[in-house]
Amino acid sequence: MIIKGKVWKFRDNIDTDVIIPARYLNTSDPTELALHCMEDYDPQFTKKISRGDIIVAGKNFGCGSSREHAPIALKAAGLSCIIAKSFARIFFRNAINIGLPIFESEEITDQCTEGELLEIDTVKGTIKNLSTNKVYRTNLLPEFIQKVISVGGLKEYVKEELKRREIDV
Amino acid sequence: MGRTIVEKILSAHTEKDDFKIGDIINVRVDFAFANDITAPLAIKYFKESGAKEVFDRKKIGLIPDHFAPNKDIKSAEQCKLLREFAQEQGIENYFEVGKMGVEHALLPEKGLVLPGDVVVGADSHTDTSGALGAFAIGVGSTDLAAIMALGEVWLKVPPTIKFIYFGKLNKWVSGKDLILYTISKIGVDGANYQVMEFSGEVIKRLSMDNRFTMCNMAVEAGAKTAIIEPDQITLEYLQGRATRPYQLYKSDPEASYEKVIEFEVSKIEPQVAFPHLPENAKPISEVGYIKIDQSIIGSCTNGRIEDLRIAAEVLKGQQVHPEVRLIIIPATQDIYLQALREGLIDLFVSAGAAVSTPTCGPCLGGYMGILAKGERAISTTNRNFVGRMGHPESEVYLASPAVAAASAVAGRIVSPEEVK
Ligand code: SF4
Repeated sequence: MIIKGKVWKFRDNIDTDVIIPARYLNTSDPTELALHCMEDYDPQFTKKISRGDIIVAGKNFGCGSSREHAPIALKAAGLSCIIAKSFARIFFRNAINIGLPIFESEEITDQCTEGELLEIDTVKGTIKNLSTNKVYRTNLLPEFIQKVISVGGLKEYVKEELKRREIDV
Repeated sequence: MGRTIVEKILSAHTEKDDFKIGDIINVRVDFAFANDITAPLAIKYFKESGAKEVFDRKKIGLIPDHFAPNKDIKSAEQCKLLREFAQEQGIENYFEVGKMGVEHALLPEKGLVLPGDVVVGADSHTDTSGALGAFAIGVGSTDLAAIMALGEVWLKVPPTIKFIYFGKLNKWVSGKDLILYTISKIGVDGANYQVMEFSGEVIKRLSMDNRFTMCNMAVEAGAKTAIIEPDQITLEYLQGRATRPYQLYKSDPEASYEKVIEFEVSKIEPQVAFPHLPENAKPISEVGYIKIDQSIIGSCTNGRIEDLRIAAEVLKGQQVHPEVRLIIIPATQDIYLQALREGLIDLFVSAGAAVSTPTCGPCLGGYMGILAKGERAISTTNRNFVGRMGHPESEVYLASPAVAAASAVAGRIVSPEEVK
């Protein structure tokens, strides 16, 4: 899979309250959650971004509560993936489970600037900065995770896996 | 190269065992469970995924413990969902009020989680079962739905930090004090993503109940889970409980660890974690004058029989301070019954304590002991975040059952020495 998009830069320790404030948790409708994504960080954020854009953040992205609403809001807002120095454990699981690709890279976070264009090759495990032509290595998404993401999340994966097992029998 | 106990367990549960730390692997699950908060969503996702039957009726636990006995209409509806799903799917390990207990105390007690198991619970304190030498992790509802359908979970192979405790424990110093002390040294994210392996001569001598308490709070240091190598004490605990065969794994001497941290325990005093983080622990001698309104003894951290025995030892011949509410909640029905037979319940009630049927209740600010604005509690539970036990302007101090019992008598936070 190739992911291409414009960079939005974020600091360390972006917590789930910043990603989607608790006052909007009375719904789990992705389109509605998307409207408030990063609202307390930048009220105009969802208006500024275009479909396919990428968040590049510091360490511990997604720390705080275990709400699955956080990656759902990011995905529904149109972001194609998140790159960070590191992720909080439960956010990491939740992002993959709902089908939002995430990548860890120290270098790219330090070296790219907002507005630059990145291209990620999930099979090769490379991130290319199309604005500077520099190529970085990132963690390869393991085969299993690629499968989960490509079908759209863990729920869809379970659906397919159940079908496959039925055929096997 | 040697392997840690966690690597060995994972390797026995996955197809390819040539994994490295950081790799993502799929592992078979021996036991999965959820409670009245997390199960309803997991059941919804399970159904939405098109699954018809759970992967194994014997390997799933549904435990209504947080707001049960039902505290209000909403929780009654949630618990009803669990009950109906259990009936519909023929899930054997559904625990009705009257047989129920706080999940992390109940499952080991019933012999449902065993050494060498991969245990996954939709609750962050699933790490408690690591005390048996199982790999036990907490996840969210979507994960649990997938496990109920497929019997597998994906996970990232974690590095392990080894903790070695040596020296002699002081009187009144328990597993709770060791873990509070440890968290105060490494911080609330000190073990992020990693496994905490507790070892050393102190752990080898520690009772199962104290081991459960230590593993329970590993998540308060951000850990993925905690683990203790099974030994004679583990085997004695399992006698008459284990319902199926199990495997005992040990770390190889040459296993590689992310870090090794040693603690000499003889200078450790009973600890008290100040609001609003579990890492704010101070030795009891430095606590100062802190008046309390309530004392809670219970929860998945400290609601086991030994905890009640220690509380009784402190409360014997004493009365609860007239301005304090002491609430004691045995973590399971069996613990309750045992306490009754040993005369502990009589002693508690005579001392002026309220004793409740098992429930999480006040631990998460659910019910059965909510704090008003400005009130202060000492509690044997595991979290003292803002508003955890009630009003956002109330305060929770975490400590052992000995300190919580002594403080209930004194009306302020004190060492058990002061009332004995
Ligand atoms: S007793 Fe408290 S920490 Fe333990 S499972 Fe219940 S709510 Fe969670």
